[in-house]
Amino acid sequence: MKTIRGKVYVVRDDIDTDQIIPAQYLNLVPTIPEEYAKLGTYALCGLPDGSAPFVKPGAPKAEYTILVAGRNFGCGSSREHAPIALGAAGIRAMVAESYARIFFRNVVATGEFYPFEVAERLCERFATGDEGEIDPTAGTIANLTAGKTFAMKPLGAVAPVVEAGGLFAYARRAGMIK
Amino acid sequence: MSMTITEKILARAASKKCLGPGDNVWVEVDILLTHDVCGPGTIGVFQREFGRQARVWNREGVVIIPDHYIFTADQKAHRNVDTLREFVKEQKLPHYYDVGTPDYKGVCHVALPEGGHVRPGEVILGTDSHTCTHGAFGAFATGIGNTDAGFVMGTGKLLLKVPKTLRFRLEGEMPSYLMAKDLILKVIGDIGFDGASYCAMEFCGSAIRSLSMEERMTICNMAIEAGGKNGVIEPDEKTFEYVRSRTNKPFEPVYSDAGAGVETERVYDVSQIEPCVAEPHVPSNHALARERRSVKLDRAYIGSCTGGKLTDFLAAARLLKGKRVTIPTFLVPATVEVAEGLSRELVNGKSLVEVFAEAGCEDIAPPSCAACLGGPADTFGRTKGSEVVISTTNRNFLGRMGSKQSRIYLASPYTAAASAVAGHIADPRDYL
Ligand code: SF4
Repeated sequence: MKTIRGKVYVVRDDIDTDQIIPAQYLNLVPTIPEEYAKLGTYALCGLPDGSAPFVKPGAPKAEYTILVAGRNFGCGSSREHAPIALGAAGIRAMVAESYARIFFRNVVATGEFYPFEVAERLCERFATGDEGEIDPTAGTIANLTAGKTFAMKPLGAVAPVVEAGGLFAYARRAGMIK
Repeated sequence: MSMTITEKILARAASKKCLGPGDNVWVEVDILLTHDVCGPGTIGVFQREFGRQARVWNREGVVIIPDHYIFTADQKAHRNVDTLREFVKEQKLPHYYDVGTPDYKGVCHVALPEGGHVRPGEVILGTDSHTCTHGAFGAFATGIGNTDAGFVMGTGKLLLKVPKTLRFRLEGEMPSYLMAKDLILKVIGDIGFDGASYCAMEFCGSAIRSLSMEERMTICNMAIEAGGKNGVIEPDEKTFEYVRSRTNKPFEPVYSDAGAGVETERVYDVSQIEPCVAEPHVPSNHALARERRSVKLDRAYIGSCTGGKLTDFLAAARLLKGKRVTIPTFLVPATVEVAEGLSRELVNGKSLVEVFAEAGCEDIAPPSCAACLGGPADTFGRTKGSEVVISTTNRNFLGRMGSKQSRIYLASPYTAAASAVAGHIADPRDYL
C-alpha cells in the first residue's frame, strides 16, 4: 500500500447511510459504470444543511481524498451504495473512531478504500480542507496543515482484501473461488 | 462447551462442533433475500464475477421480494424491477413475488416469513439491514451488502465472524398500553445507537415469551438500530405454529445451552417500562411520551416492517375507534396479507378499514416500504418540508422520510395513534 495524500473532509459521530447517500438515489445501480459515477456526485449530500459541500455542484468528483469521522460511521442501512458513493467521489482512505458493522464490511468487500480506525478523536484534530497524509508503513495519519501526526490501529486481515481490490479479487488470489 | 443460540446456529452452518465469539467461519447459507433496491446491484456483481452463464447456488435458497420503490413513476425504479424479472426468468427462480401480479407481497421482512421462508435454526442473509427481523423465529439473520450477496448467490457460503452475545431478559406481564416497540426503544435508549455494535442481541424472559410472533419481529427488527449484527429469540410453540402454518419444510430448532457465556445480561421488569418516543435524529434518543406532550405534530405515519403489521394496525384501531385524528394520518400496510386483514379483522364489530375511515385517516395506501425511507419524489407519505412526524417506522435519521427539514419521532402504534388524535405527542394511557 502506498502513501495516500490529499485534502481531508471531516464529519463527526453517527453519520448514517441516509446521509452518505439519500434513499432517492438508490434507484442507481452501482455495477452500471455511468450510475457508479453518478452515485459519486451525490456522496454525503444528505449531511445537514450548512455543511461544506463534499462534492461541489456540477463537479464530477469531490476534491477530497481522505475522510475523517468520529464514532459509528456508516450506521443504518446495508446499502452498498454508501461506500461506493464515497469511493466514486474520490475517497481513497478514511479514518474513524469506529464504524457500523455492515458499512465496514461493505468497504472491505468492495475494496473501495481503506477503512482505518484510530483511538484519538481525530474529527477534533482535523478541519475540512486540511492537507492529510496517511503513511501505511508507519501506521500514521498526519495533519500536514497543523503539523501533527497521529497513530492509527493496524488494519490487520482487512488490508490484503482491500489491497487486492475487494472480496472477489482476494478470494480468487487465495484460491477460495475459481 | 456451552454455546448461545447464535453460536449454535453458526456452528451447525459451519459444520463445527463448537465455536466462540471472534471466530471467523465459513457458513452455509439457507436463504438469501434481496429486493428491488439492492437486487440489481447484487445480480450485477454475481454476473460480473461468475459470468453470464453462471447459475445461482441453490434456486430454492434465493428469495426476491420487490418492495421499496413500487408505486412510483420513476423510470429507473421500473428498470430495476425489470432486471429482477429477467434474472428470475433466466435462473428459473421459484420464489419471486412480482409487482402487479397476485404473487406480490410487499415489505420483504414481513413477506419472508409469510411466504414460509423463515425457519428456526437456519441462516438467513439479506441485502437489507433489517434482515435481523428474522431472528424472531430463532434463526440467525443479518444484513449484508451487494458484493457479499453476489458471493453468496454464486457459492452459497460466506465468511462470518461469530458475534459476542448481549442478553436482554425482559420479565413480567406486559401492561395493556405497552407494545414491543416501547421495549426495544427502551433497550436501544439504554445501550445507545452503537451499543450492540458487532454483537448478537438475544431477547428472552417471560415478557418476550408472551409476545405474538409479529411483536417479536418488531423487537428483532430494531436490533440494527443499536448496531447489532443479529437479534434473536429462542423458538417456542408459537414460533412452530406460525412456521408450520406457512411451510412443510422440516427444520431443527436450536436453543441456548444453560450456562452459555454471554458478554452482558440486562434484566428488565416490563411493568416499569412506559410508552415512549425516539426523538430526532437517532433511534437511541429515548424520551417518555408523557414528557413530550409539548411537541406539536403535523403528521402521523403507521407502516413499515417495524410498525405496519396486522398487530400494529389492530392496536391503532383499538385506540382510534370512535375518535377522530386531528392531523393527516398515513396508513401503509406492510404486505398484501396485512392489507387483507384490515378488511377482515373487526374491532367492536367494525372492520379496521371502517374504523380508520371514520377516524378521518387518509386512504389506506397499497403495501410497500413507501415513505419509511423517503424514496423517489412521488412516494406516498414522503415528507417535503419541515413536517414533524410521529411514525411507527424504525429510523428517524435526518432526511429519512424525504425532507432534511422534517423531524421524525419513532413510537409504538398506540402512541402514534394517540398522538394523531391529540395533534401532539401523547401517552396512549390517556386515550385507551
Ligand atoms: S419498510 Fe422501511 S425499514 Fe423496512 S425494509 Fe422497507 S425501507 Fe427498510
